[in-house]
Amino acid sequence: MDQVIQLLGYDFVQNAIAAGIVIAIVSGVVSRFVVARNMSFAVHALSELGFTGAAGFILLRLSPVLGLLAGTTITAVFIGALGVRERGRDVVIGVVMAFGLGLGVLFITLYKGYANQAFAILFGTITGVSREDVLLLVGIGAVTLAALALVYRPLTFATVDPEVAAARGVPVGALAVVFLLIMAAAVAEAIQVVGVLLILTLLITPGAAAERLTPRPGAATAWSVGIALFCVLGGIFFALLTNHPVSVFVTSLSFACYLLARFVVGPRRRDARAAQRTVSVAPTLVERPASSITEKTRL
Amino acid sequence: MNAVGFERVTLAYGERTIWSDLTLQIAPGSFVAILGPNGSGKTSLLRAILGLVAPAAGRIEVQGHAPHRGDPGIGYIPQHSSFDPDLPFRGRDLVRLGIDGHRWGMGLPDAKVTERVARALGSVEAAAYADAPIGRLSGGEQQRLRVAQALVGEPKLLLCDEPLANLDLRYQQTITGLIAAWRERSGGTVLFVTHDVNPVLSLVDQVLFVVNGRWAAGTPDEVLSSERMSELYRSHVDVVRVHGRVLVVGETTETGFNLDEPHHVPVAVEHRPEG
Repeated sequence: MDQVIQLLGYDFVQNAIAAGIVIAIVSGVVSRFVVARNMSFAVHALSELGFTGAAGFILLRLSPVLGLLAGTTITAVFIGALGVRERGRDVVIGVVMAFGLGLGVLFITLYKGYANQAFAILFGTITGVSREDVLLLVGIGAVTLAALALVYRPLTFATVDPEVAAARGVPVGALAVVFLLIMAAAVAEAIQVVGVLLILTLLITPGAAAERLTPRPGAATAWSVGIALFCVLGGIFFALLTNHPVSVFVTSLSFACYLLARFVVGPRRRDARAAQRTVSVAPTLVERPASSITEKTRL
Repeated sequence: MNAVGFERVTLAYGERTIWSDLTLQIAPGSFVAILGPNGSGKTSLLRAILGLVAPAAGRIEVQGHAPHRGDPGIGYIPQHSSFDPDLPFRGRDLVRLGIDGHRWGMGLPDAKVTERVARALGSVEAAAYADAPIGRLSGGEQQRLRVAQALVGEPKLLLCDEPLANLDLRYQQTITGLIAAWRERSGGTVLFVTHDVNPVLSLVDQVLFVVNGRWAAGTPDEVLSSERMSELYRSHVDVVRVHGRVLVVGETTETGFNLDEPHHVPVAVEHRPEG
């Protein structure tokens, strides 16, 4: 424990915590929409092609963080251009992903002495990020959060109730593309913590756990952000304590959160709400027969 | 000023013409049933009024102006479609989307908006289940919430696209009753797309029947007659009235009935030899 407190004084730990907080907030909000829009396959594809982008940038001796972002963004644009409608979307994603990963393999073979960096991108590097990378990650995170704040309400409408949203003038198709770009940024960020292969632990699990805890959309988003923060910061803490990779702990913590939400906390809260509802509904039940009689006589 | 006016309007998707040369004036406060087989372009007609598709020819006017996306004067009730039971979203939230769901930004809590939502929920008697996850409600309860969602923005024109589909008879009556009460109260206009006119027959002022790109409009008695229907379908069709219900029945051919759903809505069989 003392060792951890001492570590908190180091730059690299502070960097990791600062970046981790921003990344967790972005992931928490985005994962709510990923779950509601049923886009886990797209997250996976963006992530793997982020790897291709990073590999390409490393080969060109450029920033791997920017390479990740380039890879995910180009993929998002491709998926968006080829088809964002739910039907056929996964097919398009599969087609794009297969080709992109092929490129990634090519980049690996072209680069000599690559294994370490490749491992870092595949499994997460958060305790290894530099000051510049932190600033870059906070910058990307801030822009992503601003974009999310701007589209939050119409995106919710388009996600939950697309037909009526279109009728009310919400640009449903354009928002689907905008959300892909937001996902691209979120994936590039989250890869820093858990790596390409474990991306779903931050972009699916918090949102999936939050759904079990409340029927209120705003509260669910807050829960999702809270769970993501807990997992990322908890992951960094245990990584410092034990010297194992951060992603090991983040995935374990987020899985534990999901199980708890689904099988323990969620059902209890649901029972409590049901009990409350029967109490508050009781008086209206007494009035009901009268109104249903008038309804019948009218008909 | 008409609620909706069509002047020689043709609607087409690419090369395919959906229907053509539609001229129709809909007076404010009227209840218009839009009937016809699947794929005859009933929903496209609503989409044109909403400004989501532009007509290939002719002019549409909605409350004195050209149709435009996001017209606040229009409420919209879709067909019942189920929500994911685990979706954290309540009836209250669905109704609120009808007020400001289309606006940019976060949509933070607002006392005035909350109050309007509560009143809308009360007007459709949905307050008791407004806080339950919407995916766990019955189809009829969800459609009540849809009515509240469409009316909370205080529209002048209500577009309903098969709002009674997949509902049992009791809920069909409830939903129809709510829409009728709104029209009475507000003097608004209702365009009601349906495959079965019977649940709303007593309310209907005007019928628009669309078949294979052709159309007929007028009062129910004018349009729902054997002559007009046979003309429209270009085959022998009988319109029968039993117990205050209208049944449109086609003759039998080698390929079965020449109408798909004889007791509901007729669909012409395409393979029938011309003549």
